Amino acid sequence: MDISTQTTEAPPPTPPPSATERKRDARGATRAGDRVFLGLSRGSGILLLVIMAAIAVFLTYRASLAISADHGNFLTTFEWNTNLNPPVFGIAVLAFGTVVSSIIAMALAVPVAVAIALFLTHYAPRRLSGPISYVIDLLAAVPSIVYGLWGALILVPHMTGLYSWLNEYLGWTGIFSWDGGAPRAMLTVGLLLAIMILPIITNVSREVFRQVPRMHEEAALALGATRWEVVRISVLPFGRSGVISASMLGLGRALGETMAVATVLSPTFDIQASLLNPGGGTFAQNIASKFGEATEQGRDALIASGLVLFVITLLVNGAARAIIARRKEYSGANA
Amino acid sequence: MSTAAVTDRRPSTLRGARLPKWSPWAIAAGSVLVAVAIGLAAGLTSRIQWGLIAAILFVVGTYVIAGRVEGRRQAKDRIATSLVWVAFLIALVPLISLIWTTLARGVHDFNLYFLTHSMGFVADSDTGGGIYHAIIGSLEQVGLATVIGAPVGVLTAIYLVEYGRGRLARAVTFFVDVMTGIPSIVAGLFILSLMLMADMQPFGFAGSLALAILMMPVVVRSTEEMLKLVPNELREASLALGVPKWRTILKVVVPTSIGGIVTGVMLAVARIAGETAPILLLVWGNAFINNNPFSGAQQALPLYIYQQYANSSGSPAAYDRAWAASLTLIAFVMILNLAARGIARWKAPKTGR
Repeated sequence: MDISTQTTEAPPPTPPPSATERKRDARGATRAGDRVFLGLSRGSGILLLVIMAAIAVFLTYRASLAISADHGNFLTTFEWNTNLNPPVFGIAVLAFGTVVSSIIAMALAVPVAVAIALFLTHYAPRRLSGPISYVIDLLAAVPSIVYGLWGALILVPHMTGLYSWLNEYLGWTGIFSWDGGAPRAMLTVGLLLAIMILPIITNVSREVFRQVPRMHEEAALALGATRWEVVRISVLPFGRSGVISASMLGLGRALGETMAVATVLSPTFDIQASLLNPGGGTFAQNIASKFGEATEQGRDALIASGLVLFVITLLVNGAARAIIARRKEYSGANA
Repeated sequence: MSTAAVTDRRPSTLRGARLPKWSPWAIAAGSVLVAVAIGLAAGLTSRIQWGLIAAILFVVGTYVIAGRVEGRRQAKDRIATSLVWVAFLIALVPLISLIWTTLARGVHDFNLYFLTHSMGFVADSDTGGGIYHAIIGSLEQVGLATVIGAPVGVLTAIYLVEYGRGRLARAVTFFVDVMTGIPSIVAGLFILSLMLMADMQPFGFAGSLALAILMMPVVVRSTEEMLKLVPNELREASLALGVPKWRTILKVVVPTSIGGIVTGVMLAVARIAGETAPILLLVWGNAFINNNPFSGAQQALPLYIYQQYANSSGSPAAYDRAWAASLTLIAFVMILNLAARGIARWKAPKTGR
């Protein structure tokens, strides 16, 4: 009924853009209700930007306190003694561990994830692919702490065989030598992270492979290509940038994963050449395990390491999103 | 010359002998048999090793047999198919193991007593105790986070879809994307830095704030997708009747896509309900029941699992509790997921065609 009262005054502005009205009116921003509503919704958008800025500012501020008190070199010191006076700490070990575990995770997860995505879009019987996609979505929803518990209590005992096998045949490389301790080392962490990031990489790649123009595939088939040749000459080239950005989203997850690493890794603060000997640590894991006994000084140091992690994930995710944005249609990436 | 060209082309033709339809199954069965034989002969105890040997035999066997009978191109095609199947089956192993162990070991402690008692006066190595305090804490923290995060997320999405033009909207879109990737521990550290400055002790609401930060971008993304699905004809019809834009949004656009919006919020809730790291930093954990999220340390389900695992130095009773709590958490998350998908299907926007 208030529609009818408003129709008397409204008709002129809504049909073709009348020149007499200001441009703002065409967008409907003049009425009080509109102004309030626009203010609210724009305000929440701005709030998000403010939060991002605040995260950067406050982390930087606390980190600067910590770094100025640090009597080691923040980037190169191989120690984390924040309770000393003066404190000595550095992120070299953490950066190394974070990079190594993420590289292992990516090396294991990306090929398998791409294969599964291909399986779902091009190989699986149609009746199977729906339910499987569904299960993979659910898998992405399993909390990381459950992966961590499973990794620590189930995966770790099962890794002994693999570790001794690698040590026996590849131990001479140095990367795979093993001193026989509990297999709570970078390789196990990398494997667990790979399992955790598999769903997200699969999901995004699957969306990309689904969008391969039907014409490309049919053209390849018409030229007499086998199914694998169709995949190789039409699906993979089309999906390459999508797979890259999917992998980077997965990498962002792997870099920031906390609890799964904290439960599985037995950390020491040094760099191990071997992936099988316990040692090293990651940014997130170090924060979670050192937080309990940290004094205020120690917490600032942890915040400083968190700032580094924040910047790294920001860069990785920004790059991934930039690649996605170049091809707008990959909007399946809302995971 | 011409005969040479013909002979060159011959191996690449697909019109030769073909393996019968049942050959992949036969090769699979054969490789499993051989793998079992090898496993028994070499005394390999792990069934996973048997499976891996079978997988390798299957891939290699397919290639060799297909290469012999059908030619190189067919062999490559078959090896790709078998690799893709093997990758899929390998990925199923951890998934099934994860769900099976959680179920099998979780049911040991999972009962009404477990759900209705706290860990007060129960040592970590003792049997007994439960997760009542953790459930209360989780519900309050996640509830408060949703009250903050969901409206901000939905409003931001409305801004981006209905109003957003120009530089501000582009900046918001970009940072929402980037924000999706913030590690949960960094969100925790951010609130922690605020608490350090205000000299505050840990309490539940601080965790809610961090969770809300993690929730907002997820809600924005999903709501945005849903609002974009609403056909423009609906908006135009409403505007043509002279309805103000804000009423059009509230009465036409949002109701049309409400199913999808609710789904998105529920999925986001499911995601933050499993977050441990911010709770660890900001809420600390508490063996006793604390109903007040605004004062004093609280417990939450994910943190409870972590503490039962980490603080108990291997006591079986604590592990049993950790598994039972995992089962509770997974059940909660899965039910939310399934309900969300159910709502999405039930209330799917009618696109007008």
